[in-house]
Amino acid sequence: MIGDWLDIGSAQQIEAGTARTLPVEDASGAKVREIAVFRTMRGEFFAIENTCPHRQGPLSQGIVHGDVVTCPLHNWNISLRTGMALGGDEGCVPTIPLRVDAGRLYLLRSAVIGSGNQAEAA
Amino acid sequence: MNFANGGLPGGKREKLVVIGNGMAGCRAVEEILARDPGRFEVTIFGAEPRVNYNRIMLSPVLAGEKTFDEIVINTSEWYADNGITLVSGDRVDHIDRANQTVVAASGRTEPYDKLLIATGSEPFIIPVPGKDLEGVVTFRDLDDVDRMLAAADKGGNAVVIGGGLLGLEAAHGLSLRGMKVTVIHLMPTLMERQLDEAAGYLLKTELESRGQTILTGANTKEVLGKQGKVTGVLLEDGTEIPADIVVMAVGIRPSTGLAKAAGLDVERGILVDDHMVTSDPAILSVGECVQHRGLCYGLVAPLWEMCRALADHVTDRPTGYAGSVTSTKLKVSGIDLFSAGDFSGAPGPDGEPCEDIVMRDASRGIYKRVIVQGNKVVGAVLYGDTADGSWYFDLLKKGEDVSDIREALIFGQAFASGGALADPNAAVAALSDDAEICGCNGVSKGQVVSCINDGSHSLDAVRSTCKASASCGSCTGLVESLLSLTLGGEVESGPKTLCKCTSFTHDDVRALILEKELKLIPQVMQELHWSTPDGCASCRPALNYYLLCAWPDEYEDDQKSRFVNERMHANIQKDGTYSVVPRMWGGLTNPRELRAIADVVEKYDAPMVKVTGGQRLDIFGIKKEDLPAVWADLNAAGMVSGHAYGKSLRTVKTCVGSEWCRFGTQDSTGLGVQIERMTWGSWMPHKFKIAVSGCPRNCAEATIKDFGVVCVDSGYELHIAGNGGIKVRATDLLCKVETEQEALDVCAAFIQLYREEAHYLERTAPWVERVGLQYVKDRLAEDGAIATYAAAFRYSQQFMQDDPWARRAEGERSDLHQHIATVRPMEMETVS
Repeated sequence: MIGDWLDIGSAQQIEAGTARTLPVEDASGAKVREIAVFRTMRGEFFAIENTCPHRQGPLSQGIVHGDVVTCPLHNWNISLRTGMALGGDEGCVPTIPLRVDAGRLYLLRSAVIGSGNQAEAA
Repeated sequence: MNFANGGLPGGKREKLVVIGNGMAGCRAVEEILARDPGRFEVTIFGAEPRVNYNRIMLSPVLAGEKTFDEIVINTSEWYADNGITLVSGDRVDHIDRANQTVVAASGRTEPYDKLLIATGSEPFIIPVPGKDLEGVVTFRDLDDVDRMLAAADKGGNAVVIGGGLLGLEAAHGLSLRGMKVTVIHLMPTLMERQLDEAAGYLLKTELESRGQTILTGANTKEVLGKQGKVTGVLLEDGTEIPADIVVMAVGIRPSTGLAKAAGLDVERGILVDDHMVTSDPAILSVGECVQHRGLCYGLVAPLWEMCRALADHVTDRPTGYAGSVTSTKLKVSGIDLFSAGDFSGAPGPDGEPCEDIVMRDASRGIYKRVIVQGNKVVGAVLYGDTADGSWYFDLLKKGEDVSDIREALIFGQAFASGGALADPNAAVAALSDDAEICGCNGVSKGQVVSCINDGSHSLDAVRSTCKASASCGSCTGLVESLLSLTLGGEVESGPKTLCKCTSFTHDDVRALILEKELKLIPQVMQELHWSTPDGCASCRPALNYYLLCAWPDEYEDDQKSRFVNERMHANIQKDGTYSVVPRMWGGLTNPRELRAIADVVEKYDAPMVKVTGGQRLDIFGIKKEDLPAVWADLNAAGMVSGHAYGKSLRTVKTCVGSEWCRFGTQDSTGLGVQIERMTWGSWMPHKFKIAVSGCPRNCAEATIKDFGVVCVDSGYELHIAGNGGIKVRATDLLCKVETEQEALDVCAAFIQLYREEAHYLERTAPWVERVGLQYVKDRLAEDGAIATYAAAFRYSQQFMQDDPWARRAEGERSDLHQHIATVRPMEMETVS
């Protein structure tokens, strides 16, 4: 089972209310995508693509409130739970299934190296 | 419209004389003018020496939340514009019905065709020994408020006799003003006419936790005094309470003396019919002085309906008044309390029993009780969450059958409507046209909507035209919903709540942070009843700033509440990289700094470097991982953060001044550097730009800056509130000073006033336009104000002038700059 999950490190590395980034490189070492791993104020963890559906802003740098992040570029609100843009905006960010086990964070391996298809969060 | 020159062509106007320049008298005149502006020649007599003001807003004035100017309903221009003669400070002593004249204390005699008595009510003074001692006051007019404020200035003890609406508002105000307050209430429950026991208890507990002493079931025996001045209050049970001031707020009674002396029919109040006509057909009466169908009213809402009926009658379109059902809100900030109708639980006239539906949420301090009789809502008491008050009140007034929604009634309108109305706008849309929106000014939903349709497209415009939300402001959310419903998304912004998470305005929040000594964001959210668990992207940065400004020496900045630029100390660009601007004091630089910048550009492969409008260099395209290293290199050359990214002091732009320029009058460059050394690092409501020009040719463009100095031969002209942005605004001249030191002090003082009073994200230009240049001048002209504000600014700067780049360069918060890991799919492993 654990083989399907990629250990990305200790959960303590992310302060509540913030996010950290996880670049994904290809065989040549070039960055192909970046994942943002969030920890909400209430202690839930979420992983989503670090790219706003609007103008590709780095969501990891936004202000986190509830289970929502506000994009730093143009203030779109994105649900960390579903990846959907909220309010009147339309768009969606791929989410990456994440689980916490014994204080470590795991991402679904296939979702990390795949194209970032939406999958249900663990 | 201007009728000041009198006389419409073709006829003499009837003379309308109004006794009483209060809310009822003036409202009646407004209603008549709205129907038939040319019909009457109006004279208004007022016993108080001032224009008409909103008496129910005296509580916020006492509490320091409003000023007298803010509660004026009709300014002297209104009287002039409508051709109304205002005789203020002259009490009418006598009505001569036979000759149709009134005679004032000064001897002035005024004939009338129609007379309107709107004398209101008088506070009731309990007949105990000592009631006439100096220091015993009532709470009725502005003079009473002034007396209370004078007492509060000296501090000490206050006793308020009467735990009703007025008494509690007086107690709240005096308590905020620093007095130790005891409330003495005869009945076992506070506000027993509006609240049941449970809500009364919650209220009592809340007030006690705010430091007031509440004595219920307490009977006043005597007011004690020494040498003619009050010293305390003695209760029937022998308890003695020290007092420097005693406020009697036990009730009011209709002011009927004048009417009685004139021989009109008077019982408890002046008897009127459904058209507000007294027993003399030429004499009308409205307001708290009247008795209509056996009832006297002491609240403001019935007055609006009376005035409508009166105006309809005198303009020959009689409609009639059928009495009012009233509702109550307590104007004590932070306490949400609503009551309406009958909550005694007594069976109706036909013996129909009452049923109570109650919901409590102890942890949130919420209590809701709706009283249903024969499938109709007959009363409601809400404490802690009053959002549905107007809905219950509407159901109550209409007598609507609630059997279909009875199960869900207590959960409020959104839930009872099956979730379809969870959107607050939908809930407002569902209100009927005659549902009351603004209780203070008696404005219905239909009136607000037609006012919006007639061109009032902003909150301010609605406030100034139909007066909805212009008084206590508790209906601001409803009015905003109506604006967005009526106009679609095109609402113009105006003063409003801080954000959707709270019903408090920016000013409320700032005042409460100081008053309640709130020092952490979660504490503010808890104490001020935030509706979201941890705020939103609007309120978090605002609260962080307000706390930082309020407690510069104690508050620890919350990085999670900072917008990305202020957290990363650089400006985010569209591709997610950052730009870096080191400070160049007054726009001066040297080879060492230029070399360091050139090295950084090459070393980190920055694709662009640009001279900014603020006279410094901006290095573009730096990755967040590289920022600490870039800063370390710049620090090594003696440069610190330029705060080009912050709601803070940006740059001080200068021209070369008298050192080089053949026109220069003063050392503008040197002064600019001094100002920048004094102001750098300070957090502000919004970005703040300064410039110093050496002569009126103004090469540094000082007159479009937040603070601009223009040097002249005789000294320094100091300008404020300019803006070179979307809406260009030239500065206003604040003052002229003779020395550099004075210029520095005024600059520091102005910045501090702006820091303490502007709303977050409000630049100086809109702020000064909102409060008025004169206000800013007046505040800074107060005795010692410049020195006090400047000292407060300099004190705060001790804690702010700490280069944030240096700490990051040393490794602080490296997590903000580093990835948690990197994924290399070939090995399917992560590398930290």
